[in-house]
Amino acid sequence: MKLTLKIWRQKNTADKGGFVTYVADHVSKDMSFLEMLDVLNDQLTERGEDPVHFDHDCREGICGMCSLYINGKPHGPLQTTTCQLHMRSFSDGETITIEPWRAKAFPVVKDLVVNRSAFDRIIQAGGYVSVNTGGVPDANEIPIPKTIADLAMDAAQCIGCGACVAACKNASAMLFTSAKVSQLALLPQGQVERKTRAEKMVAQMDAEGFGACTNTGACEAECPKGISITNIARMNREYFSAVVSSENM
Amino acid sequence: MILDSKIPAGPLAEKWTKHKFSSKLVNPANKRKYDVIVVGTGLAGASAAASLAELGYNVKAFCFQDSPRRAHSIAAQGGINAAKNYQNDGDSIYRLFYDTIKGGDYRAREGNVYRLAEVSVKIIDQCVAQGVPFAREYGGLLANRSFGGAQVSRTFYARGQTGQQLLLGAYSALSRQVANGKVKLFPRTEMMDLVVIDGQAKGIVTRNLITGAVETHAAHAVLLCTGGYGNVFFLSTNAMGSNVTAAWRAHKRGAFFANPCFTQIHPTCIPVSGDHQSKLTLMSESLRNDGRVWVPATQQIAEKLRKGQIKANDIKEEDRDYFLERKYPSFGNLVPRDVASRNAKYVCDEGRGVNETGEAVYLDFRDAIKRDTRKIIEQKYGNLFDMYKQITGEDPYEMPMMIYPAVHYTMGGLWVDYNLMTTVPGLYALGEANFSEHGANRLGASALMQGLADGYFVIPYTVGDYLAQLAPKPVDDTHPEFARVKAEVQGRINTLLNINGTKPVDYFHKRLGKIMWNECGMARTEEGLKGAKAEIQALKKEFWSNVKVMGTNEELNQTLEKANRVADFLELGELMVDDALNRNESCGGHFREEYQTPDGEALRDDENYAYVAAWKYLGEGQEEELVKEELVFENVKLTQRSYK
Repeated sequence: MKLTLKIWRQKNTADKGGFVTYVADHVSKDMSFLEMLDVLNDQLTERGEDPVHFDHDCREGICGMCSLYINGKPHGPLQTTTCQLHMRSFSDGETITIEPWRAKAFPVVKDLVVNRSAFDRIIQAGGYVSVNTGGVPDANEIPIPKTIADLAMDAAQCIGCGACVAACKNASAMLFTSAKVSQLALLPQGQVERKTRAEKMVAQMDAEGFGACTNTGACEAECPKGISITNIARMNREYFSAVVSSENM
Repeated sequence: MILDSKIPAGPLAEKWTKHKFSSKLVNPANKRKYDVIVVGTGLAGASAAASLAELGYNVKAFCFQDSPRRAHSIAAQGGINAAKNYQNDGDSIYRLFYDTIKGGDYRAREGNVYRLAEVSVKIIDQCVAQGVPFAREYGGLLANRSFGGAQVSRTFYARGQTGQQLLLGAYSALSRQVANGKVKLFPRTEMMDLVVIDGQAKGIVTRNLITGAVETHAAHAVLLCTGGYGNVFFLSTNAMGSNVTAAWRAHKRGAFFANPCFTQIHPTCIPVSGDHQSKLTLMSESLRNDGRVWVPATQQIAEKLRKGQIKANDIKEEDRDYFLERKYPSFGNLVPRDVASRNAKYVCDEGRGVNETGEAVYLDFRDAIKRDTRKIIEQKYGNLFDMYKQITGEDPYEMPMMIYPAVHYTMGGLWVDYNLMTTVPGLYALGEANFSEHGANRLGASALMQGLADGYFVIPYTVGDYLAQLAPKPVDDTHPEFARVKAEVQGRINTLLNINGTKPVDYFHKRLGKIMWNECGMARTEEGLKGAKAEIQALKKEFWSNVKVMGTNEELNQTLEKANRVADFLELGELMVDDALNRNESCGGHFREEYQTPDGEALRDDENYAYVAAWKYLGEGQEEELVKEELVFENVKLTQRSYK
């Protein structure tokens, strides 16, 4: 395959950035999208040009490090992570546009790499059960109905990649935040801190500069892990019932 | 030099309890006066950082990824072992201990392994309390499954994403301590070197991957939780960034490196498809519970398959060779990883491999789907089947999967004593970064167990014992040794940037990987290893004269990061070869063709090689010195592993 790549290049956060066009020859259909970029980068290096920087690590769809906005869609045309996208999803002669995630709360670090530490701070605001190591009850002491455990697991599968934010016209982080709020609100372990958790995580989300949710469902449609927007509904319930009887000072 | 493992005396089941009691304690009010550096935020690192911060120590946690949640523990699929015996099928701490020692082909310490089995039960309690959504039965209690090499169901799991859920649990505990101000987080920061002052680890030198700033950090103790070195093979199931640099730098500063040649080749990975390939994808071993491994009975049929003249489903039952079931009737498809991998290699070497390259065997779910219905199989393995389809473009519900072994885990690592301390006082190694619990072969679902055991339940006790012996005085990086090591790090970076050769970093990494896979992979020979050593030395020379690293230090520079790591892999590769050459026996993942039984099984030599091979770095260009730690077996009788 021969492809034309329009790639966003930006030296650093302060730089204005812009598209640069490259031609990718000898692309095989079995290559993953990131392997196609690896090959391009080796060619750029041999030509003495700076390779394209992009985030990636596990390359098996679970670490959440890879990103890329491909032809106007986060993680490209399939509902999967970019590292699991293969070139057989594209056709010979195609032009592919590759951009970083675009969101105020995810500033560009370089080229296609963005800073997603806002997500870490949302979790730090309350995405945990406050138990210390040791001194916990036996694991089978609290039975949890399988249906509830399964729902919690559905929400817990979020990989924190940020595709939901990139897909949203308001750059909202509701899907990400609600996945963690839901997981812990569903489980008995999360009950004690249920109210403060919802309030604090939502407050942090707002403080980071993520936008509001207008229920377009773009996040769910693009989420590589199929996180459902019913989690957003659950978080809204959690949040509103928390604020009317707030325990936060 | 004699290596003291510091295994406490006394009966096996009492060692850890006695040791905890005899360990010194740090006064609760003094804990805040001690600083601990934790490098790596996977299961071992995140659990250690969180637990130590909860106790009151000041923790600095470093990871090269953009968030601690990305550490490669996240990719573990199958599960975590614990001797809970919830299934009433005869499991016990002793049985888990015994299975682990035997599975490791009697090359691990009894004391360490027993402790691991002992604390395994507490790990599950801890994770459930954090809200880890393990699989459950309809009655609401936890579900278990049996897993590669075990005849009891002791594996806890969260769909096919157990590592993810356990890591997110540890990450949540870590995040809570970040919010409490007890952990300071340094993401996108890579450890470049260790600072040793008067024989004790006193800090590290790091590079900020965004700005390139080389910085120094002082502490009372340093914990390396930096994972394994499987990427020395270039192609492995490890994440792209997984590297040996932190451990290797520590090795060059005095920490012995133990059993480097013990690497695990995982039997169920998606086969290589071409030269562009950047990594290999594991298909969870749990698939072997229901999938049957086979190849065509004859070379002729295999050739037709490879030419595309027939498909797998066209092959009649009598023309299929279920080679694991045939050779190992009692364990069948569930034989340990090393045995399953080696046998896949044998049948492919015989010309019976099934894909275009001839390096693949089938893993077939036809019979399981017939027996249990497709719906049940979907529930158990849905995400794995989807992943397979995504990567290969084939539907495993219709056609058997194709699999081939790939490098997955490294049992070797920094030598540690019972306290997880390396040969450098104050420097600890946890999780895959150390060598300690898995001997020559790791059992499935035991890596997660070890990472969390070390971080949650071992290090909080043992690091306290060390810190209690140091004065609770503030530390800083004003000692000239910090400046000296920092200058060395900067010098190395400048050298790499100024070589300005003609070949990209991956060119060297791929070549190293090929040498390692061919000569120090699934089967090794004296001749092959000797050749590999010479090749690696030549490659190393070429690297330092012809590598091309673009850009500068003062920016995000992924090529420079890679170059730094590959430089260390080149040195480690040579040590792995030395270790494999030294070990004139076959055990676990280390198979020397010269040492096998008449029917092709690994032939151990307990008389001469029942020891840990710890290597001491002596200086640039010098052969490393071998220091032996004899293994003492007081409870387990050494037998030939038999899975027939």
